[in-house]
Amino acid sequence: MPFDFALIVESIPFLLKGAVYTVQVSILAIVVGLVMGWLFGLAAVSGMSMLRVITFMYVQFIRGTPLLVQIFLIYFGLPALGINIPAYWSGVIALGLNSGGFQAEIVRAGIESIDRGQSEAARSIGMSWLQTLVFILVPQTIRRVIPPLTNELITLVKSSSLLSAIAALELTHAGQLIIARTFAPFEIYAAVALIYLLIVSLLSRASALLEKRVFVNY
Amino acid sequence: MVILRVEHLWKAFGSTPVLNDISLSLNKGEILIVVGPSGSGKTTLLRCIQCLEFPDRGAIVLDDVPFGIGDGPDHRWRPDPPRVLDAKRRRVGFVFQRFNLFANLTALDNVTIGPRRVLGVPAGEARERASAILHRLGLGEHARKLPSQLSGGQQQRVAIARALSMDPKLMLFDEPTSALDPELVDEVLQTMRELARSGMTMIVVTHELDFAREVGDRVIFMDGGRIVEEGHPGGVFAQPREERTRAFLRRLLRSGGVASAPSEDAARPAAEAGHATPIAERRD
Repeated sequence: MPFDFALIVESIPFLLKGAVYTVQVSILAIVVGLVMGWLFGLAAVSGMSMLRVITFMYVQFIRGTPLLVQIFLIYFGLPALGINIPAYWSGVIALGLNSGGFQAEIVRAGIESIDRGQSEAARSIGMSWLQTLVFILVPQTIRRVIPPLTNELITLVKSSSLLSAIAALELTHAGQLIIARTFAPFEIYAAVALIYLLIVSLLSRASALLEKRVFVNY
Repeated sequence: MVILRVEHLWKAFGSTPVLNDISLSLNKGEILIVVGPSGSGKTTLLRCIQCLEFPDRGAIVLDDVPFGIGDGPDHRWRPDPPRVLDAKRRRVGFVFQRFNLFANLTALDNVTIGPRRVLGVPAGEARERASAILHRLGLGEHARKLPSQLSGGQQQRVAIARALSMDPKLMLFDEPTSALDPELVDEVLQTMRELARSGMTMIVVTHELDFAREVGDRVIFMDGGRIVEEGHPGGVFAQPREERTRAFLRRLLRSGGVASAPSEDAARPAAEAGHATPIAERRD
């Protein structure tokens, strides 16, 4: 059977709908992930033992369990407690929390990688711990963690394909639906792969620009 | 007028003692030179005075305000609450061996940020004052550069400007020239010389004996966490009483790492002693 280009062209509108879903969920999850990542990352270096323990447990849970299981816990598990979250928001929450756990580690390591002399100098002129963090450590950390955070965000976008398991109408699931109708897995999955590639390329481009343009090269 | 009193300071890292019962006092405008081999506790002493590290026991009193609480019956050190400590710390300027300029800020912002964020000076006024300090130190043209665009000597002078921006009562210098290429040492020493002339009270840890002799009012030689010898720089360097001081000075001169001319040092003790009078008079 030859490669059926016509089928791909026909499927594009439906696949793009899936792609829009994927992008939406990813962006929302990125926001959740960044907020969680920075909150917990900063908590980890705060020196308050309570916060550090909570962060440790959070990161440990996220890293130690499969994302798919985390998605199932939220979508299938929480209804047992009377909490019903639709697939879309289950996806945002699961991906966001998951990514946040990994980002917290990146942020923590980023801050700890800043030379101690920077914070000592800040404390020497009377700056408080919080001021030191806000004006000195975080700005330097942001620039340093853009590359690893970009990796993390790319992983998040690709992991959103797991949401097909809870029948969220994202890109991979859209592909599956077309395949169920047309029995052409090669063409459709190839098209799906290309669309992911496109989304991820745009994301890395944006991150490269951010790194070069927005933050001065110090 | 005594501005700094350090009384019976003790500190150990684990079971290794670093400061063994250090006491000293410093008059306003006085310049104290601290010399000694590495590991003798010089840096730790400075860091304790700035409360970057806490001593185990003892008292540090700056301008009649004690740092922490070390005056209890057991003399055990209790640090101030964070906010109190921050407020006390700004009265002391610290110049680090490795400059530690804020890498994300321009030279001007490095000098502006303290007054602006800590003292609450309005942005425009803070910038004007910072700019004036930079100009005074001959750094006006570098105001907009990032630390990474400056030479080591320029970075260290900006670091001095940053410390000065907080209008400190006391400046601490922790080997300010030992991370510099030899040709950059002089500009930093020159800045410190001018600072000394302006009446600033300073404690300088340094191996620059020529500078120490010229600017210092008093020198202490530290070894093993103790003050082994104390006196006028001219006298101590020329005729050290203690064998340990003598051995250290010999090593220092032989190493050639010092910008001074080692061969002359031993030969001109008497001439240097004459410096004492004008320096002392100037400060009254």
